[in-house]
Amino acid sequence: MADQATFVEDTEEFMASLYSTALRLTHNPADAEDLVQETYLRAFRSYQSFTAGTNLRAWLFRILTNAHINRYRAKKRRPEETDFDDLEDFYLYRKLQSPGGLGRSAEDELMDLFSDAEVVSAIDALPEAYRTAVLLADVEGFAYKEIAQILDIPIGTVMSRLHRGRKSLERELYDFAVRRGLVDPPAEEPVTTQ
Amino acid sequence: MSQSEPEAQNSGEPLCSGDDCLEAVAKLTEFLDGELTDERRAAIQVHLDDCSHCLGAFGFQEELRAVVNQRCRSRLPDGLKRRVLEALRALDP
Repeated sequence: MADQATFVEDTEEFMASLYSTALRLTHNPADAEDLVQETYLRAFRSYQSFTAGTNLRAWLFRILTNAHINRYRAKKRRPEETDFDDLEDFYLYRKLQSPGGLGRSAEDELMDLFSDAEVVSAIDALPEAYRTAVLLADVEGFAYKEIAQILDIPIGTVMSRLHRGRKSLERELYDFAVRRGLVDPPAEEPVTTQ
Repeated sequence: MSQSEPEAQNSGEPLCSGDDCLEAVAKLTEFLDGELTDERRAAIQVHLDDCSHCLGAFGFQEELRAVVNQRCRSRLPDGLKRRVLEALRALDP
């Protein structure tokens, strides 16, 4: 059992990462601040039910994602969300390596190739279920098992969402590369959205 | 929904087709996500030390994760911490 008296001290170090995730979930700084505040209030109220010594960071992220789902359940699915599940593995890598691409230096330049805004925009375009999984894995570094607990889904579903989310992300980044003229546009490649 | 989501498929043409390559690529995600046992991880590392095709592809995917990791971190806005602390204090009787 955790002590409410030490709640702030125990949890404040996680506020910045909770805010980063909240911002990518809500797409909006004001909503993200509200979501973080709600997370802390909810967490404080139920802190006595938290078992001290267990995974506090995962527990807070679970509260955050649940609060987000409750808040935005009524809102419509974002129309611009796309799902490129039909893409082959290593999609972006193959494109950048292809004759119309950047060639061998592609991997050295990936960090510099895309701006902050482009990467964030590519993440924001992911369907929410995939975006959440990718953020928890790639930004927060949670293990599959922890993500399964946070989102209350089986580990197989975590892996499937990560797989799809990362593929979709590659496609979004490829689109930026095409717009910049860095790689050839897709030729006769059919793109199906679901 | 969670139980019924189908396994994601479509791996495309293999980048290289040796048995070791196929096995390594099949475990790529779990390798990069740190989800393999030390033994399996070591076996793939041995292959990567040996196969520049797989090493290039693995390196690229690793880089992609690093890009997402770096670009999706936001600074805590000024005043949010104070606002949260005040809201918590307001809960106290």
